[in-house]
Amino acid sequence: MLKVVVRRLLVMPFLLLGIVTATFLLAQFTKGNPLVSIIGARNLDNAEVVAAAKARWGLDRSVPERYAIYVWNLAHGDLGTSFRTKQPVLKDLAQRLPATLELVICAMIVGAAGGIALAIVSAEFKNSLADHVARLVALMGSCLPVFWLGLIALFLFSVQTRLLPGPGRLDIRAVAPPVTTGFMLVDTLLAGNVAGFIDAARHLVLPSLVLGWSVMGIVARMVRASMLDVLGQDYITMARAKGAGRLRVLVHHALANALIPALTILGFTFAYLITGSVLVETIFSWPGIGSYAVEAARSLDYPAITGVTIIGGLGFLVANLLTDVAYAAADPRMREAT
Amino acid sequence: MAVPLLDIKGLAVTIPTRGGERAAVSNVDFSVDRGEVVGLVGESGSGKSLSMLAVMGLLPRQFGVSGSIRFDGEEIAGAPERRLRALRGRRIAMVFQDPMTALNPVQTIGAQITEMIRLHNAGMSRAQVRQKALSLLEAVAIPAPERRFDQYPHEFSGGMRQRVVIAIAIANDPDLLIADEPTTALDVTIQAQIMEIFAGLRAERGMAIVLITHDLGLVAGLADRMSVLYAGRIAERGPVGPLFAAPRHPYTASLLAAVPSIDDVSERLHAIPGTPPSLSERPPGCAFAPRCDFAVPACRASEPDLTRVGGSVVACHRANDPAFAARLKEPA
Repeated sequence: MLKVVVRRLLVMPFLLLGIVTATFLLAQFTKGNPLVSIIGARNLDNAEVVAAAKARWGLDRSVPERYAIYVWNLAHGDLGTSFRTKQPVLKDLAQRLPATLELVICAMIVGAAGGIALAIVSAEFKNSLADHVARLVALMGSCLPVFWLGLIALFLFSVQTRLLPGPGRLDIRAVAPPVTTGFMLVDTLLAGNVAGFIDAARHLVLPSLVLGWSVMGIVARMVRASMLDVLGQDYITMARAKGAGRLRVLVHHALANALIPALTILGFTFAYLITGSVLVETIFSWPGIGSYAVEAARSLDYPAITGVTIIGGLGFLVANLLTDVAYAAADPRMREAT
Repeated sequence: MAVPLLDIKGLAVTIPTRGGERAAVSNVDFSVDRGEVVGLVGESGSGKSLSMLAVMGLLPRQFGVSGSIRFDGEEIAGAPERRLRALRGRRIAMVFQDPMTALNPVQTIGAQITEMIRLHNAGMSRAQVRQKALSLLEAVAIPAPERRFDQYPHEFSGGMRQRVVIAIAIANDPDLLIADEPTTALDVTIQAQIMEIFAGLRAERGMAIVLITHDLGLVAGLADRMSVLYAGRIAERGPVGPLFAAPRHPYTASLLAAVPSIDDVSERLHAIPGTPPSLSERPPGCAFAPRCDFAVPACRASEPDLTRVGGSVVACHRANDPAFAARLKEPA
């Protein structure tokens, strides 16, 4: 198993280089002028300003030159400087990634727990009313657009009933805790700020539910199918013949096996959410990399676009690696095979 | 006469299909006394396993079960799940046909044995449970149980897995062991070893065993009595010795003739022509009539009742015909 992990880690830089190359080229060939966001549309007629800006940002060099410089800097841990924020992209991402990760992890918990629970109900009561209801609930999450769902959720729970706070990570009047991990839940606790922790948790509820529900459908569908497959196996009859109760058979025997094929989809979903949380971040004013990506794309901020893409690609690679490790942990047959 | 350990009367199992409910098992009477080994014989699909799963209450909910199933005098047909769970694994245990699929692939052998012990012995300490599990592995002759305990099913051969399945089944010293084709998936030498374990269980622990099989050789070696099932109905039942010596039902006779004999020098194996009727196309009369060499018009008209002939009970219109009995001994 260790060998596989090491091999994967060794291959990773090359895969990343591929991703970087593709994104770099795609961004360069996009119609549009990044100078608009650097110096503003009004200065575009001023040849002096344009020339200075081009020289300042390296836009006067040829694409292959820029590519070589970018990759060279990247190899030294420099993702470039954002045209828009004028900050190093790495710093921007470091500030925003924890916010996204915090949201995505909570959404994953919602999506995975909800999806698995719905799948268990569906499989145990196959083709009954409960099955249909569970499948409908899961499907609705996938079908309803998150921007609409987010707005409705904010309207119902924040505006109308005031049960939960509105957008943002903390109450606007609250003082943010010193940044240690960037995870609001962790930082508030580290600062001994219990009220802040509760506030951060309450702010996480709606975006996590909305984002989590959106992936519940695919999780529920996958787990239901593998649960049905597993429930027909002899070892399930055997477990029942031992005198084990229904719940024990379902969770202890069936789910432990049914989750193995579902791990792939869970890993994929996690990676997808890292960059797929754009809409939810926008609706909930969440300062994560999703909203950063939108801004970067709008201003043709090459370094920021490539930076976000690298994070997204890295997310997929890491999620894939973790999936493989999880496979080995869940299935003893895999431990020796790999 | 003492109450039989297991007493089934008029058992019927129906399976829902697209064409409606189909009777897969009907009017089956079957009993097992304490410490007795009874063979349940028939081709695939004859209802052997269905009948025994009905006893354990393990059939899918959609299946219909009717008739009486008495275990140790207690009616358990339609008993609440709670009651059945207390019996399952504790007093009635089951050994499954395919050891490759009967064990949970993601749990260690030790965990699967100890689960069976813990489910029915809440008060036992961890150390006691482990000790008991190890002694069970020893009882089914698994070498190096300490080392094997923490291994997974895929690290065991088929024969070794079946031993584990048996170890699990006998963990709580059940009164009745239902062995569903326990050796079908194994090769012949392993078969003999597994059958030896069963013989030992019966001799040492007085365990009653229902041996579901289509292998008459196994029945001859171990069983006291046997029931032959054909298309979900009892064709013939009686003590093994007389039944082997003088089968009264043409189906039993054909089964016996199909067993290859070492003395038989002819190269062809005897096979029974045709196939059993499917659930949906059961003929009106005797279900075996279309494949029977001795069928007369009466056989196709009405279903034969079970009648006592000598030591056996047999469902055949011609069972009482002496000339027929003589001819049965020399199948075509």
